[in-house]
Amino acid sequence: MNYLNLFLVFFRIGAFTFGGGYAMLPLIEREIVSVNQWLSQSEFIDIFAISQMSPGPIAINAATFVGFRSSGVPGALFATFGVILPSFILVTSLAKMILNNKDSVYIKGIFAGIRPAVIGLISAACLSMFQISVVDYKGGIIAIVVFIIFIRVKVHPIILILFSGFLGVFLYS
Amino acid sequence: MNFYLNLFLIFLKVGAFTLGGGYAMIPVIQREVVHNHKLIDADEFLDIIAVSQSLPGAIAVNSAVFIGYKLAGIIGSLVTLLGIVLPSLVVIITVAIFYNEIKGLKVVQAFFQGVRPAIVALIAATVVKLTYSIPKKYINFFIITLSFVGIALLDIHPIVIIIACALIGLIFSRKEDSDELP
Repeated sequence: MNYLNLFLVFFRIGAFTFGGGYAMLPLIEREIVSVNQWLSQSEFIDIFAISQMSPGPIAINAATFVGFRSSGVPGALFATFGVILPSFILVTSLAKMILNNKDSVYIKGIFAGIRPAVIGLISAACLSMFQISVVDYKGGIIAIVVFIIFIRVKVHPIILILFSGFLGVFLYS
Repeated sequence: MNFYLNLFLIFLKVGAFTLGGGYAMIPVIQREVVHNHKLIDADEFLDIIAVSQSLPGAIAVNSAVFIGYKLAGIIGSLVTLLGIVLPSLVVIITVAIFYNEIKGLKVVQAFFQGVRPAIVALIAATVVKLTYSIPKKYINFFIITLSFVGIALLDIHPIVIIIACALIGLIFSRKEDSDELP
């Protein structure tokens, strides 16, 4: 039952993630943290950090990790299968149609609506993650420094994640 | 058979050696598929990426499935899908086992205490960069606010918000379209 549930939850997440790994955040937060409580808020952020530092798409990494944490290797397989199945179905059935109609007003209109919506959704997830992550002034400083560096300088996120991790070891232990 | 094995190995390599998520994979897939193996030409590749980006799901997975399907039908798409996903599965399961062992250590907890604010900052910076990528129109500002308030204050399910905003976009594009008529 838990396997089926994992599969269905990640199928929904896969089917409604528009625009890359970060767009999954609000959905994962809702389905995994609030509704099913498979992870705590801070575990969820840690898993996201690990997913970003590991090879592979963040969406797949996060699904595999959550599935494994919830129900071992079979859980990892069910969650990953769930998150990739919508891609497989949609690409093999719709991709050619979209390619042939890429100038259609309807398709353009739909995406013109979804793109700003995703920005709003990620901002909301970011706000609730902020409340969990930035618990003292040290965390505030790390957040501000990383934000400014990432906006101003072309640097790989992994470098910044490792940098702040070592800063954490230095500041907190 | 050799063709399928080759296709599988190309995507296995991309999946195993690209850090930093789907967008980082696109140039690597391009180098392998367009330049090194000459399976798809450059223009076609751009179309494939554009469609993969617009469909839901991980962009790297979408483009892998699309390329596999284009080259060798359903079997081709299964082969590329397996290739791109397998490294993640193996690596992440290994990491997850390891994480369970070490997460109690003080130094690991301190490490993640430092990482969490950085993740929030990376996401916030990505939001800022994303806003540069959409046209500066009132309707976009309205949709951003609507979806933010819908989640943060009204606790509406993200899927409901995405569908509602897709409909708003659809209605507005038709309106703009009819405005342009003489």
